[in-house]
Amino acid sequence: MASRRVRFTFEPELIKEPVIYRIGHLFDVVTNIRMADVDETVGWVILELSGDPDEIERATAWAEQQGVRVDPLAGDVVEG
Amino acid sequence: MSFDRALRCRECGREYPLAPVFSCEFCFGPLEVAYDYDAMRGRVTRESIAAGPATLWRYADLLPCDPEYRVDIGTGFTPLQRADRLAAAVGLRTLWLKNDTVNPTWSFKDRVVSVAIARARQFGFEVIACASTGNLANAVCAHAARAGMDVFVFIPDDLEHGKVVGSAVYHPTLVMVDGTYDDVNRLCTEVSQSYPWAFVNINVRPYYAEGSRTLGFEVAEQLGWRAPEACVVPMASGSLFTKIHKGLTEFAALGLIDEPGTRMFGAQAEGCSPITTAHRAGTLNFVPQKPNTIARSLAIGNPADGYYALKTMAETEGGAEMATDEEIVDGIRLLAETEGIFAETAGGVTVACLRKLVASGAIAPDEETVAFITGAGLKTVEAVAGRVADPLRVPARTEVFAEALAERRGQAAAPAGAGGR
Repeated sequence: MASRRVRFTFEPELIKEPVIYRIGHLFDVVTNIRMADVDETVGWVILELSGDPDEIERATAWAEQQGVRVDPLAGDVVEG
Repeated sequence: MSFDRALRCRECGREYPLAPVFSCEFCFGPLEVAYDYDAMRGRVTRESIAAGPATLWRYADLLPCDPEYRVDIGTGFTPLQRADRLAAAVGLRTLWLKNDTVNPTWSFKDRVVSVAIARARQFGFEVIACASTGNLANAVCAHAARAGMDVFVFIPDDLEHGKVVGSAVYHPTLVMVDGTYDDVNRLCTEVSQSYPWAFVNINVRPYYAEGSRTLGFEVAEQLGWRAPEACVVPMASGSLFTKIHKGLTEFAALGLIDEPGTRMFGAQAEGCSPITTAHRAGTLNFVPQKPNTIARSLAIGNPADGYYALKTMAETEGGAEMATDEEIVDGIRLLAETEGIFAETAGGVTVACLRKLVASGAIAPDEETVAFITGAGLKTVEAVAGRVADPLRVPARTEVFAEALAERRGQAAAPAGAGGR
């Protein structure tokens, strides 16, 4: 059992899609939302994904295929 | 002594003991150092600061680390230079430049790393690490060398040779990651969770970020214990921007200066402008971007403190601007030609955005402004190579030199206001 803390960013056209609900149904992964905000220009959700590491990997890859940007919780850590 | 007392979540306010952690276990919000300001008051005075060394350690009482663990290679207390020629060029009456190009590894990153490495030593870490394309790596490697610590630096595999050498000279373990920029980000985040190392901008980020407050402290002290009316600050993660303002407000809270009415303006490259774009859209929620700019030291597409930078802009009635690559190069040249400071691309972004902010009326001509020049130009010479005056090539004969000089002066006189070289 592993967990990964990530930030999902949704462009406006994806905001109405139940992406996180579908992750929970398509993959053996527990989604636990901790913080979120949505406005007319962008939506973001900070959540924890728990499960088998490979299953988490498949779930995030699927979310990216749907157009969701998936980032580590810490943001970009490669600095200038 | 340090007056740090806890880590506090910037979102929900929960507090945690001082430890190498960066996010709240409850809401996953970022943690920030909380201080005992009541105890600090009275102990920290203008006189006590002025009696300190001419480095950032003059503010040791305000930093989140025991100064006993400091690694001092002379960082901070850099010049605040009045810039009348640049002021005239951009249309301001009073402009100051905070010249952080003169730090030991030639960028402001020496400030954040000074604090991070002291805190890491205090926690008992023996290994320090970072992921960087340049300035941060240089600062980490130099401080680690001085401290005799093991250091790991993760770099993308497409980094220019000069930047690799600039860190390699300090003899770190350089890890060149085969993959995209996002792959490097992800690997480092995972490594930071697996190894008992101090990753300066991940697990010790709450302490690391506090080092940037010293820029605000210094500006206020160097202006004669007062805050400027406006600041123009380059933005990558947005942390520097928020911490300079925090430094000014803390000085006021301690009674060292009057309440600052400073308006905070952020500068980004157009090719990586998530914060400026969000500001223009009137939202606090930025959309991450894929960076594509010559200003690689500012190329953070998913800025950890972007939201807080946008909040600071709103609270101070400040703003944000962005500059094209062409404008960035022009900014580097304008700064060099008017004030004698050769800045890296981030400095070009700051000057270009300053010019646009004044031109648009966002900053009024009579607003006393400080522009922050955060890194030296020798780090990014390729940005201006081919865009500077060619040498006057002559054989070693006086009469030929005189002819060539006359010809050059004739060329230089042609464009309006170009002046002689």
